[in-house]
Amino acid sequence: MSELQYKVLVGLEIHVHLSTKTKMFCGCALSFGEEANSRVCPVCLGMPGVLPVMNKQAFEYAVLAALALNCEIAKFTKWDRKGYYYPDLPKNYQISQYDLPLSRNGFIEIPLESGKTKRIGIIRAHLEEDAGKNLHATGNFSQVDLNRAGTPLLEIVTEPDMNSAAEVRALAEELQRMVRYLGVSEADMQKGHMRFEPNVNLVITKDSKEYKTPIAEIKNLNSFRALEKSIEYEIGRQLDRFLEIGEVMEMGNKSTRGWDDVKEATVLQREKEEAHDYRYFPEPDLVPVELTEEQLKDIKSRLCELPIKKQMRYVNEYKLSDYDAGVLTAERATGEFFDEAVKAGGEPKRVCNLLTQVGLKLANEKGCSVAELGIKPDGLAKLAMMVESGEISATAANTILGEMVKIGKSPQELAEQLNLIQKSDAGELEKIVEQVLAENHRAVDDVKSGGKRSKKAEGFLLGQVMQKTRGQANPKVVSEIISKKLS
Amino acid sequence: MDWQSAKELRDKIRTGETSSVEATEAVFERIANSEPAIGAYISTFEKSAIDKAREIDKRIANGEAVGELAGVPVAIKDNMCTTFGTTTCASKILKNFHAPYNATVVDKLIAADAVIVGKTNLDEFAMGSSTENSSLKQTVNPWDIKRVPGGSSGGSTAAVAAGLCCAALGSDTGGSIRQPASFCGVVGLKPTYGRVSRYGLVAYGSSLDQIGPITRTVGDCALMMNVITGHDEKDSTSVSESVVPACNYLEKLDEPISGLKIGIVPGLNTGSDSDVQKAISGAIEVYKKLGAEIIEVEMPHFDYAIAAYYVIATAEASSNLARYDGVHYGHRTKNPKDYIEVYTKSRAEGFGKEVKRRIMLGTYALSSGYYDAYYLKALKVRNLIRGDFTKAFERCQAILMPVSPTTAFKIGEKVDDPLKMYLSDIYTIAANLAGVPGISIPCGFDKNNLPVGLQILTPAFSEDKLLRISRMFEAQTDWHKKKPAIR
Repeated sequence: MSELQYKVLVGLEIHVHLSTKTKMFCGCALSFGEEANSRVCPVCLGMPGVLPVMNKQAFEYAVLAALALNCEIAKFTKWDRKGYYYPDLPKNYQISQYDLPLSRNGFIEIPLESGKTKRIGIIRAHLEEDAGKNLHATGNFSQVDLNRAGTPLLEIVTEPDMNSAAEVRALAEELQRMVRYLGVSEADMQKGHMRFEPNVNLVITKDSKEYKTPIAEIKNLNSFRALEKSIEYEIGRQLDRFLEIGEVMEMGNKSTRGWDDVKEATVLQREKEEAHDYRYFPEPDLVPVELTEEQLKDIKSRLCELPIKKQMRYVNEYKLSDYDAGVLTAERATGEFFDEAVKAGGEPKRVCNLLTQVGLKLANEKGCSVAELGIKPDGLAKLAMMVESGEISATAANTILGEMVKIGKSPQELAEQLNLIQKSDAGELEKIVEQVLAENHRAVDDVKSGGKRSKKAEGFLLGQVMQKTRGQANPKVVSEIISKKLS
Repeated sequence: MDWQSAKELRDKIRTGETSSVEATEAVFERIANSEPAIGAYISTFEKSAIDKAREIDKRIANGEAVGELAGVPVAIKDNMCTTFGTTTCASKILKNFHAPYNATVVDKLIAADAVIVGKTNLDEFAMGSSTENSSLKQTVNPWDIKRVPGGSSGGSTAAVAAGLCCAALGSDTGGSIRQPASFCGVVGLKPTYGRVSRYGLVAYGSSLDQIGPITRTVGDCALMMNVITGHDEKDSTSVSESVVPACNYLEKLDEPISGLKIGIVPGLNTGSDSDVQKAISGAIEVYKKLGAEIIEVEMPHFDYAIAAYYVIATAEASSNLARYDGVHYGHRTKNPKDYIEVYTKSRAEGFGKEVKRRIMLGTYALSSGYYDAYYLKALKVRNLIRGDFTKAFERCQAILMPVSPTTAFKIGEKVDDPLKMYLSDIYTIAANLAGVPGISIPCGFDKNNLPVGLQILTPAFSEDKLLRISRMFEAQTDWHKKKPAIR
């Protein structure tokens, strides 16, 4: 059999719900899980005579996200109508952006397993309104819920730069982390805040000839798992089709497929690409949007250090593990809390340990962020410094952090109150050591003999001192005294 | 009881010389007598109108403050949404539609204490030049019941001409206020695009539609403008007060415009009936006598206006009317096989012939492959026509021309020849494409004793000047005082 190699090409179309208070073109509240059609008004129902009015916040969110995606921002952008008939589309056209999107030509860095990053091109990101939902569970008819109709959506289209299901997942997760950092979307997959449509095909090299498989577009995926699984499935399916019947890309044999979560397979929806005619034309009910230099500057000032940059910085500057850096940067509040604690003098690794081992656990239990636990970054920094200086043990620090959250006192106060201050007074400790040595001749002999048991005996003596001081002795100082006395 | 103008009536009601109840009852008496023959109204609200009149009279008697139109019976074209009664657009598809909100202009009329008499007939969805396209009833011309009232605001103009109300609102997409005003011998103003809120006006061609007053005198027109103009935050295409401040159109109405320069377009009249030409020439003479300087201006792209209009208006209409699909409100076909049939059959049954024709035309013009050739080309023509006006208005303050090439034609005369019908709007369409204001005022009669209208056009947002120029003519002539002989 001849040598066969293949390369996977995936591009993504992503829809992100923006977390504005109200809908894209009317004043209806955005809320999830309400009674059907209880969050609607004449405007989002598309009633006769109504007119849309743009939500400025949604526009600013979209520009902010586009800036984070390194896109060029258009100074002049307009709205277009995209016409198609569907029961959940009240006006039977969607207000979207066609030839003058608000942004284009950007990129996003995604983390690879190797620890490096990869740059994925962003073709464009534009704003549009979401449609409603058709419900088919009731019987011999369908119902339409228009609560979601008019929700602001950011549509992001990537270049086909991803070469594996894992890369696609990495991009999706990175994007989720990014929009949450920016505060422009809750990006809750379960609530359908992020939906993915990957375009997948393969470039196969066989007998030193290149073949491309037909592109399959997988519609409406709303979990990372489905996204990854469906692409893996699709790669296998396309490879099989090529090997079995030699199917390759031709004009019009692009297909649309759905994902069956139970069978874990993609299912054909439309064999051939339909020539959709959306009859786009400029939306006459909305005025074009002109973005001034001042507005752009204002939006730019709301940008923050992006998660992936932060993560890399933690690894490179603070020598944290990739795992720890990932945990600290999963949410913006955690990373910023960490940064402030480090700025206040906390040693990064210590601060990281305190946060990841205790802080996040407590925050999780309370269902809040680390920043909302009631402790201040400089308090955490002080606690880390106390460990660093040997004032308290690492274990004691964890206990104190727990108490700080509960009682809200300073770490010093708590350390004293809980008798967790380590004794480092050499004079005082020397007396105790002498007492222990006097009480344990055998162990002393073992240490002095320098034989096999020496190490163990030394540990035993240290333990005795710790016991006598109820754990408050600084073990480092005690060890030093013991070695000095017995050498 | 008889009166000349809405303003006069209002003043008499205010001083107690007459009462709103008296006036309103007189109007309903006329409606009882003449409406069966004229057919101006789709619905009337006798009880609520009398109640409102009584309330106004009481408030005046108590010395309370009342609005600018207090007690004056007015009518509304039935393509403006009202929470009372139905909003049918003279279409079977909306025959039973009860709007859940008022159009902004309706709210403004109510706030000005007008007495709303009823909602008037129109060409279905305002598409037509004779009101013969109404799916609900026939309106005739009060000057000759064998003739059309013009369109599409034929119901409103017939009602004003026949004394079935004192003033009315119409809408003008390509001449739908001015042309029927001319046919019925009343005053009709299409304001600058953006001067009056379109919120609640059931859209036909969104970038061209504008609501305007239909009255018996220029003064009444100014009074109505005072009530309905202004920025509306629900309509982002309505112009903000900071760009064009509101003004009182009545205040300086009678101030002459010194050194007035009026433009006429040579060769433009030649397509008109000789009686129309004669009346226009007479009007020019009046202005000359008033000391105006008549100059010739060029409108080189005028000939392309109709073609551009029928592409742009129908393109927008095809999209605006997509929402009438039998899914959310309005007519739905009985026993559809599937959801495609809900759409196709509901629309086939609900829309009339002319509406279907325009939807097809607009859909075609926007289809991929034809967009550039038709829609985009039409937009370019629109820009050229705008340029024609800009250039012309550098040399003069107003342009005079006929409103329509003919006076009111016979019912049924043009229904089978849509292109001939479309030519009725040949003089009015350019103003909609350019967005400039235009008025029709009575300027004579033809040999059949049918009124002829004079069209005056001025630069955008100069309605105050337009009304003054119109008033100068009105003050010198008696045409507006003539009334049709109705039994």
